[in-house]
Order: sequence, then structure tokens, then C-alpha cells
Amino acid sequence: MTLKLTTLALSALMAAGPAMADLVFPDLSYRTGPYAAGGIPFSDGYNDYFTLVNERDGGIGGVKARVIECETGYNTEKGVECYESTKGEGALVYQPLSTGITYQLIPKVTADGIALHTMGYGRTSAANGKVFSNVFNYPANYWDGASGVINHLLEENGGDLNGKKVALVYHNSAYGKEPIRTLEELGKKHGFELSLLPVDHPGQEQKSQWLQIRRQQPDYVVMWGWGVMNQVAIQEAANIRFPMENFIGVWWSGSDHDVIPAGAKADGYKAVTFHNVGDDFPVFDDIQTHVVDKGLAAGAGDQIGKVAYNRGMYAAMLAVEAAKTAQEIHGTAEIDAAMMIDGMEGLELTAEKMTALGMQNFGPAFNVSCENHGGPGLVGVTQWDADTQTWSLISGFNPTDSDVIGALVAEDSASYAAENNIEERCN
Amino acid sequence: MFYREAGDFKASYVEDSQTFPIKFDRYRYYAVLALAFGVIPFLVNDYWVNAILLPFLIYAIAAIGLNILVGYCGQVSLGTGGFMAVGAYACYKLMTAFPEISMFIHVLLAGGITGLVCVLFGLPSLRIKGFYLAVATLAAQFFLVWLFNRVPWFYNYSASGQINAPEREVFGIIITGPHAPAWATYMFCLIFLTFCAIVARNLTRGTQGRSWMAIRDMDIAAEIIGVNPMKAKMTAFAVSGFFVGISGALFFSVYLGAVEVGEAFGINKSFLVLFMVIIGGLGSIFGSFAGAAFLVLLPVVLKVVGVDMLGWPTDIVAHFQLVIVGALIVTFLILEPHGLAQLWRVTKEKLRLWPFPH
Repeated sequence: MTLKLTTLALSALMAAGPAMADLVFPDLSYRTGPYAAGGIPFSDGYNDYFTLVNERDGGIGGVKARVIECETGYNTEKGVECYESTKGEGALVYQPLSTGITYQLIPKVTADGIALHTMGYGRTSAANGKVFSNVFNYPANYWDGASGVINHLLEENGGDLNGKKVALVYHNSAYGKEPIRTLEELGKKHGFELSLLPVDHPGQEQKSQWLQIRRQQPDYVVMWGWGVMNQVAIQEAANIRFPMENFIGVWWSGSDHDVIPAGAKADGYKAVTFHNVGDDFPVFDDIQTHVVDKGLAAGAGDQIGKVAYNRGMYAAMLAVEAAKTAQEIHGTAEIDAAMMIDGMEGLELTAEKMTALGMQNFGPAFNVSCENHGGPGLVGVTQWDADTQTWSLISGFNPTDSDVIGALVAEDSASYAAENNIEERCN
Repeated sequence: MFYREAGDFKASYVEDSQTFPIKFDRYRYYAVLALAFGVIPFLVNDYWVNAILLPFLIYAIAAIGLNILVGYCGQVSLGTGGFMAVGAYACYKLMTAFPEISMFIHVLLAGGITGLVCVLFGLPSLRIKGFYLAVATLAAQFFLVWLFNRVPWFYNYSASGQINAPEREVFGIIITGPHAPAWATYMFCLIFLTFCAIVARNLTRGTQGRSWMAIRDMDIAAEIIGVNPMKAKMTAFAVSGFFVGISGALFFSVYLGAVEVGEAFGINKSFLVLFMVIIGGLGSIFGSFAGAAFLVLLPVVLKVVGVDMLGWPTDIVAHFQLVIVGALIVTFLILEPHGLAQLWRVTKEKLRLWPFPH
């Protein structure tokens, strides 16, 4: 047994040896625990896209991408362990898919000079690249999501939300609390009344919150949930016969696994999104040929085309494009973490590029710059159709209220800069 | 052969009543101290410190604290997570209010504040016992987490409700924040652990510890022979709270750096520390160390073997971890109800007679 282990260790070392020249993309995933329902498809998408790039294009600029998966269970302590164990491998960018772990990693990556990409989650004010040198959250952040929801409600009500009641059901954590400030500001601006209903981790118990909703009779319910909390909330909403078309989730509350358990009653539930849904894109044919048919699909391979899978794939695509940009800027195929940050800041995602990748209209075209790490913040709305079991985009990708969000971002990042004695960059 | 008293003569009471009366044991203890203080700081890197050593040191402090309450005084507590949160938030408020004061003082004060809070929640123990007390401390757990979530003053009105440890120094060396060198954070926690372990060890083998143990073994009998139950129970809660508070403060400021109360100090934390105490051995300082090491190291070892060596999928390994840790806990409780500390005691007995057992 000892001999076997030693041989295994040796072979693992040998395998790891020459692989050091790869481009390393750690995947801090969670396939276990109460948030696994969202973690599995995201991680599958993330892995599959890198496999696709390796198989179809022979890597990024000729260098293979290597994904190191590390299970966090959505737990910050395990997240730290994963970060420390993978950063020495030459990690280029971290995408922890957890706001709690993101808060943990922001100071660490800044000290270690590694990029952190928190797409649609994390600390919203990281959009201000002047303060957050290593953290990116393009193409959209929580406050864009909040504003996108309100914009959609405005549109439905002919631009007037005066006197309307909006309830926010949120995960009682840093993640769920993020949109409160924005919604409060927007409430003042548009005259709607906001009520807050926190749901504690993990979110399986929501009877009292929905009883309160039944009593308050809000016009709209907005949800900031994740993991098992989403399914429970949608089921509870169905139980109290809350009209589903007036129930809108953020993008983390709008995946297939969230609505399917409630069956036909979930029909009409809405969620905002910053990327397209469905599997009607040429890139999925490539994934079928180069990944699935070769038996290389990550996980069980049953998540392809699901909303969270698409998001993981989109995240991987943005990372690959940033790496390509970095290779162009520095004229070398073997980039390091510092070059990766340059690549992310120099990222220009055009419609032509997206089309060439087989992802036409999959997400908005945008540029990242030194000052703006947050992207354009364009938000669309999707709706669930329980009969066909599909999400469909019911609006275009529209701009959000940049006046309100911009001021909040400036305020929050300024307080972070003051706390940590950070001087503004990009001047 | 080892651990023998033969030839080890004591000429004074001080020598006779020292912590490690057997020479071999004493030298082993000095060797461990020398290794921990003199060798390990020069060898460690970020991974070893942040993934293995810091959690071990900090959980060991928490386990010592809980062991005093549960193992020595017999008062079952499920509020450890909540009390660690008190330590963390007290430390955060002190760090941000008095940035120029040394972290040593902040951590000690955080421990003191937690001790007071712990006494407050320990008051019901004067009336209720056993499972009922466990439920009362469970209420403390949920109340404290709710409090730190609900009252913005505790997290300095930050938008996310998180607390973040700013950079603080001790004698010019950065201890908290991302720029803190690995060896410094390790040494800082090690000093606290050594201090706590020595204090706990000496408290438990003196008058105080004996009155705790008397209460634990039979409170009515203890009362009859003159042990004041109120004093014994309240001191146990205070001392336990002090240690748990220190561990909470270190957990937040040195180890994690950013904490969300519900996630970091939830009921799971209370159970984790309780498991450490039970697996390590109730009523043993060494057991607290062993239990903490066991529950911190085992998942890491399983992960390294499963994922890095055998190349299994991460989710399978994570599930196996739960199965294996759970099975080991059950096995331990059946085969060795007195925990790892008892195994250590048996080993010492065996080594003492080796190689000529009668």
C-alpha cells in the first residue's frame, strides 16, 4: 500500500512537472452542500469551455489551459485552503463564485498580484478600477441587477412606480445584502416602498417570510437567493398563489434547477440576466463534437445549455479572451498573473469576436479599461416557460441607472480606499 | 523504559508539583516547544500556515476553552460559535476604534469581553442542567449571530454586513491583513495557544480545577463538601469564554481577515469544536490539541490523497470526507469513549513497561 502511494505520489509529481508551463485557471467550485445546485452547472460550463479550447484550438495561443478544480463547498475556510494550495501553481485568475470567498480574497489577490474575476457577484464597488487594481466584475454587477429589475418594473408600469410596494427576499449574507442600498436609493427616486425580508442560510425555512408577504400584499417580489433557497422561495410563492410574473429574481435565482421543482406553478417566473440563455448557439455544436463526444465533459455532462452552465462557459470565454489579449499585449504565449491583469484591463469584446467564437449575441459587446473594471452593466430579463421547460429572453440588454449606481460605487470604493490606504491609480 | 519515575528524584515541593513530573515527558515537552518556536517558523510557507497551522492553533484554543466548560466543569455548551463571534466582533470594534494599540491587547480584551458575555449566558446553568442547559446555550448561539447580523453598529455600518480586518502591527511586524508574513501570523497564534494551554493546565490541576471537577462529578456532593457551585460554574464560564473569545478574535483577524457572522460562526462551528473536544478527550488539555489536529488535518489529508494523488473528482472526495470523518467519529466513540487523550495515556502506560510487560 505504501509502495503504491509512493508511486502514485511520484507519478503525480511527474505529471505536474512539465505541466508547469500551462496556463493555469483554478476553479474554486462547489459540487457539494446546499449551494451545489448552482455550483455544479457553473463549474461544468467553466471546465468544458477550457476543454473545448484545448481540444479545438490546441490551447490559448498554442499553450494548453489547465483547470485545477478545488472543492470549497461555498465555505470560506475551505476557500482559503483552495486559494493557498493553487496560487503556487501559477494561477492566472480566480473565479470563486461566492461573495463570501470574494471578500476574503480581495486583499489576498491584491497582495499576491493575481486577478480576481467576480462576474455578476462579489464586491460591487470593485467596478472602480482606480481603487481595486486586481478585482474585476464585468460585464455586470449586483447593483446593475437591482437597477435592471426596477427598470423592468418601470417599463411594465409605464414609467411610474409611485406608491407601489416591492418586497426584497434576500439571503441573509453579504451577497443578499448587496442590493439593499441601491434599491433604497431607487425607491427614493421612483417613489416605491421597499420592504426587506431576510432568509437565513441555507434558506430551507421560509414560511414566515412568505406569510409576511401574504399579509403585506406587495405588488412585486424581488429575490436575491442562491442554492436551495431559490427552489424553496419559488415553491412558497406558488403555495401562496403569488402571481409569478410579478416575482423577479437576480441572475443567481434564475436557473433551470430553481424553477423545475415547483413544476407548472413556476410558469411565468422572471429573472434578470447579463448573458443569453438556451443552447441555440454554434459553440454548443463545438462542445458536442470536441468535448462531449470525446467523453471529456466535466461532471455528469447533463447540464449543457442550462442557464448556470452558460454562465460558467461565458466566464471561461471571458477569461480565455483576456488571456489572448494579454498574449497580444506582451507578445508572449506564456503569460503570468501580472500580464493576465493587463489582458483583462485591455479586453475588448466586440460583436465580431463573439460571432467568430460561435457565440453571437451571447452577451453584450464591451471594453474594459484601467478605470472601469465593471463593464457596461447591460441587463436583460428572462422568463420561465414551464410547458417547454425553457428560459427565454423577453427584453434586450438595456442600460441600467448609472447615475445612482455610479455614485454608490464611488462612495463605497472611496471608503474601501480610505480603510486600506489605497491611492487611486490610472491617473 | 520510557516515562519512568525511577531515578528521577525530587528534592522540593516545587519540583514535585510541576506540570510534567516525569523527566522524559518534560524533555519531550521542551522539545515540542523548541520545535514549534525555533524551527517551524523558518520552514513554513503561506500554504502551510493558512491552510493547516493557523486553523489548528486557533481551533486548539477554542477546544481548550470548551474543554474547561464541558470536560472539566460538566456544563454542556452549544454556544461556542456565538461566543467566538463575540470575540471576533469585539476584536473588530477594538481594532477599528484604537488602531494604534497593539494587537496583543486587542485580542486579550476581546477574550475578556467574551468571558463577560459567556458568564451572562451561563447564569441559567445555576438552575438547569444537562440537555436543558445545552438548549439554553443553543439560544445564545442563535441570539448572538442574529444580534451581529441585525445591529449595524457591530459591523461599522458596512454595506455588506461583513467585517474586514484592517492591517495592524505588533512591534512593527504586520500581523493582520494580506501583507502579514506567514511566520508572523503563525508565531502570534502560537504565543496565544501556549499562553492559553499553560494557564488552562495550571488552573485545572489546582483548587479551581478541582472544584470544577467536583461539580462535574456530582454537584450535590460537591456542595456538601464546601464547593460553592455558583462560583465554580461562573468561573468555568468566564475562563472558557475568555479562551473561546481569544480564538474567535484570532480566527477573524489573523486567519480569515473577513468574516460573515452567519457563515463563519454558525451552529456548525459550535458542533465542530464540540466534536474536537469529544474526539480529543473530555477533561484533557492534550485532548484539545489532539482533537483540533484531528479535525483540521483529516479533511486536508483526505483531499490531498483523493484529489491530488488519486485524481478523483472533487465532489466524490468531498462526499467521502463526510463519510470518513463521520465513520471515524462513531468508531472512536465506540472503541475509545475517552478520546484520543486516553489513547495517549494508554500508550504512555505501555511504553513505561516496555519491553518487559508483566
